[in-house]
Amino acid sequence: MTDQNLDAVWLTLRLAGTTTVALLALGTPLAWWLANTRSRWKSVIGAIVSLPLVLPPTVLGFYLLLLMGPQGWVGHLTQTLGIGLLPFTFGGLVVGSIIYSMPFVVQPIQNAFEAIGSRQMEVAASLRAGPWDRFFSIALPLARPGFLTASVLGFAHTVGEFGLVLMLGGNIPGKTRVLSVEIYDRVEALEYAQAHWLAAGMLLFSFIVLLLLYAFNAKPRSF
Amino acid sequence: MKMRLKVCLSALLLMVQTAWAGDVLVAVAANFAGPMEKIAVAFEQATGHKASVATGATGKFYAQIKNGAPFEVLLAADSETPKKLQDEGLGVPGSAFTYAQGSLVLWSATPGFVDSEGAVLKQGGFKHLAICNPKLAPYGQAAVETLKALNLYGSLSPKFVLAENVAQAHQFTASGNAELGFVALSQIAPPGKTIEGSYWLVPSNLYAPILQDTILLKKGEGNPAALALMKFLKSEAAKAIILSYGYRL
Repeated sequence: MTDQNLDAVWLTLRLAGTTTVALLALGTPLAWWLANTRSRWKSVIGAIVSLPLVLPPTVLGFYLLLLMGPQGWVGHLTQTLGIGLLPFTFGGLVVGSIIYSMPFVVQPIQNAFEAIGSRQMEVAASLRAGPWDRFFSIALPLARPGFLTASVLGFAHTVGEFGLVLMLGGNIPGKTRVLSVEIYDRVEALEYAQAHWLAAGMLLFSFIVLLLLYAFNAKPRSF
Repeated sequence: MKMRLKVCLSALLLMVQTAWAGDVLVAVAANFAGPMEKIAVAFEQATGHKASVATGATGKFYAQIKNGAPFEVLLAADSETPKKLQDEGLGVPGSAFTYAQGSLVLWSATPGFVDSEGAVLKQGGFKHLAICNPKLAPYGQAAVETLKALNLYGSLSPKFVLAENVAQAHQFTASGNAELGFVALSQIAPPGKTIEGSYWLVPSNLYAPILQDTILLKKGEGNPAALALMKFLKSEAAKAIILSYGYRL
């Protein structure tokens, strides 16, 4: 492992961690709304959240590059707010990753909320528990497996992100050169030995993460 | 049953072969995508052969060819890659030649941002400078040589955004996300169009010549269409197209 490799590993973990925390904060209310609403907007919002599942990352990367650029409205907004332009920055990658990994976090949480059903919430309401109390002392603990799945998938999916980062990042060491881009660079430059180390590490990491997740979810739950 | 399968398979193979007869599969460096499109049209008109073109980074094509990619002709962005392919027995010996010499420009999508002397590099006033990854692309190497010749490499390297190839460097700059970038003259000066934004044509004494070589690959050795394309690249018609994009010969 060279310093450059370590930089890329550290950056990737930071990006995936930041994205996961942000997605849990944003995704939980969204998933709660999707699980409980009878609004006709439910299917529209649900479809938008799922879009990154089917869109090629190049489409996302291309549009984000234009939207966040000096001519795009997001770019205008961030410049007015004094943040500056987002492409080629760590913050820009976080924004891109939040969109890219959104369905992997929102859907498991939404499924978990839906599985709780309304009976226990109604019982709690009849015992005069307020809506916030019901959410924090009943819904959240019961949905814990969903949150675990969401965090692991959100994190792992961001680690495995490539096309979007390539188009949005500009390959800056320590700032936007994540592991997948570093591997791509090594392969392109025919440094196959280096590429093997990193690629095999990535393969092993992804397998272990998914193995742990499936093993945990397969266990009979004890209530 | 086995016999019938064999017949079916060979019939299928034959169909595939006839479909490809007269076709040549060409790998083309990203900076040459524009002129190659026109050359392919002229080539088909002149010879009846069809050129299927894939564009991308020369380094990637090299890796793919080494691993059995079906390309028959390579138009590289440098002269080293064709040489390496020939040495490794993947290119036909003696078939390589320089089809174009590239010119490096410093370009901005904003009119008036880049002056005709390139002084903007010293003055600063920009956050990002797009260049191709010098490890992968000759235009990136030329950009680094230029900055070193101007004694600006150390001060400007923190502002680099690295593109995978010259097409992406152009995309970073065209979208305005990088205020300026080193790209190929051929990208911003297609014939018949006025150049958008502002640019500085980097003097050719600041960087080693970007000699772009082509080579006939082993896979194309027996294909008349591939041989015809190699010949056509040397024709006056092809040369006129190449010159019209600002390449030198």
